Amino acid sequence: MISAGIDIGSISAKAVLVQDGRMVHSVVIATGYNARRAADNVFEAVVSGAGLRVPDVARIVATGYGRNSVAFADRTVTEITCHAAGAHFTDPAVRCVIDIGGQDSKAIALDENGRVRDFVMNDKCAAGTGRFLEVMARALEVDLDAFGEMARQADRPAKISSLCTVFAESEVISLIARGEIRANIIAGIHDSIAARVAAMARRIGVTPPVMMTGGVARNSGVVDALARQLGEWIVVTPFAQINGALGAALLAAG
Amino acid sequence: MTVDSARETRKIRCVAKMKEIMTHYYIEAKTAAENGRKVAWITSGGPVEPLIAMDVIPVYPENHGAMIGAAKMGQELCEKAEAMGYSSDLCAYARADIGAAPIDGGPIGGLPRPDMLVCCNNICGTVLKWYEIQARYFNAPLFILDTPICHTDCSDAVRRYVAGQIRAYIAFLETVCGRPMDRERMEAVGRLSIEGQRLWQSVLDTAAHRPAPLSAFDAFFHLALIVTLRGTRIAVDYYRELLAEMHQRIADGIGAVPEERYRLLWDNLPIWYRTRWLSERFAAHGACLVADTYTSAWCSSLPYLDENDFIASMAEGYTRIYLNLGIDQMAAAVIDMIDKYGVDGLVMHSNRSCKPYSLGQYDIQRIVAEQRGLPTLMIEADMVDSRAFSESQVETRIDAFMEMIKARGPRKDH
Repeated sequence: MISAGIDIGSISAKAVLVQDGRMVHSVVIATGYNARRAADNVFEAVVSGAGLRVPDVARIVATGYGRNSVAFADRTVTEITCHAAGAHFTDPAVRCVIDIGGQDSKAIALDENGRVRDFVMNDKCAAGTGRFLEVMARALEVDLDAFGEMARQADRPAKISSLCTVFAESEVISLIARGEIRANIIAGIHDSIAARVAAMARRIGVTPPVMMTGGVARNSGVVDALARQLGEWIVVTPFAQINGALGAALLAAG
Repeated sequence: MTVDSARETRKIRCVAKMKEIMTHYYIEAKTAAENGRKVAWITSGGPVEPLIAMDVIPVYPENHGAMIGAAKMGQELCEKAEAMGYSSDLCAYARADIGAAPIDGGPIGGLPRPDMLVCCNNICGTVLKWYEIQARYFNAPLFILDTPICHTDCSDAVRRYVAGQIRAYIAFLETVCGRPMDRERMEAVGRLSIEGQRLWQSVLDTAAHRPAPLSAFDAFFHLALIVTLRGTRIAVDYYRELLAEMHQRIADGIGAVPEERYRLLWDNLPIWYRTRWLSERFAAHGACLVADTYTSAWCSSLPYLDENDFIASMAEGYTRIYLNLGIDQMAAAVIDMIDKYGVDGLVMHSNRSCKPYSLGQYDIQRIVAEQRGLPTLMIEADMVDSRAFSESQVETRIDAFMEMIKARGPRKDH
């Protein structure tokens, strides 16, 4: 049986096809203005990319903030449950998932069956989310994809103390004005986001192994900073960004 | 049975009567001056019985705040207060009240002008400045009753300190009203107050039944009389009728939520402008908020009240209310409710407005997890200021929490 998971996030839309317990294909596109159209497009892309047709897909689960805009889904499941399922599939040993997405961050404690034991999400604030990094990338005129690499060149990470994204941006701008090198500022930004997420995750207890998922997991600077903050090795899956959609596809398969 | 008739069956009959009583109460309060009666503004946790005994009409800016929130007028009035110079970090009840006063804003065209104000700080410290501001604005006398927090217990010194103020409070009323208090009347009011509180507790207790005949969302509504008309025959009669209706619902097997499968406990004030949405959201998962720490606060100090000597027992009764306790005692009260109502999880409203209620929630959450192994959902919002509410974020948290509760299955010990 072929099942699909569609994850409509605030920044990107992800689709994954699973057949008989194996991932067949995945696609990531920008969500853009119209979540409904993004859902149609990403589903069509994943089906045609796999050389299949729409009727070949037996079951569809939608997740993410735009899960209710996926009109053709059989049911919706929140990204918390989906991330847990995706992480458990990729590495059954994982007991804690830290997901940093475009507009929220969350920590999930898993039991040995990949079920959610407890979870915690960021409060109503952009700090500690992918959006925070995007704002900073714009202020620094650096491509976000280069953040991880640049942070490695830092000799003395700058201290960013503001919890608020807008205030932190002002701090970054004054650091730029003072002539601080980009690498140090970027490393400071990573430390700031990691400190916030680590404090949140500790509220539910961090049991290793810890896996990081979500688009921000592709940024090795955040992963390293978070590992330092938690004092734990962090498993990074190559499927970090599509982990929610993968979990949805697995849950769709039943 | 059709969907509509099932919904009709679940409706609580007393709702209409409550609306009638509250309408009458506000008409009486708003026409007090014409009828030669005095109006006192009083905090929600304040001792209202002496006012009733002195035939003064008590009016509650906090109840008004709740009405403003439920009428979805909170944002507008909060913005008005902010334009007057008040910080957006200030309690939204205070902002809504301060914003409404000069323009007679809100769903009932403003509260009647106070002849006096009575402020008891057993619920928070914000009320001190809030009542000072309104006393200045209306040029009316203000009485402040200071109830020290019972971090671990209520000491003799505290009892004596508050008892002295109760005497001063009665003297204040006698001065403002220009006549002595009828002590026998006062004791009669005290007995009615205790009777009303016992009945209210009995109404809340019925939710221990499965399915619960009423939910916390119902309690938020039916609470109004135990707050505003505590100490009157009206409140006693009403709650007796409501209690009878609850018993009938139990006998008929009528639950507040169709097909109740999960039972949850609510902490903190309601999100007044979203009660229906929240109720439906949880009900869609077969979850009923069967009890809450908020509405039970108006009967939680019953063990300290004495119907044979009400005045003397008021000091301790009004000092030992839920929000005036240490975190350990609050956690113990939450655990008692978890056991009594057999709940599967805790829903905490982290309320931007109410600092004394929201501070300590993480500790209570931890204590509940340690002692009862129950999960907690934290909802970040505000009781009146809808700008602090994000529907999609709250929706995801509720759905994820319920997915988790379902995966865990109902509690084994119940």
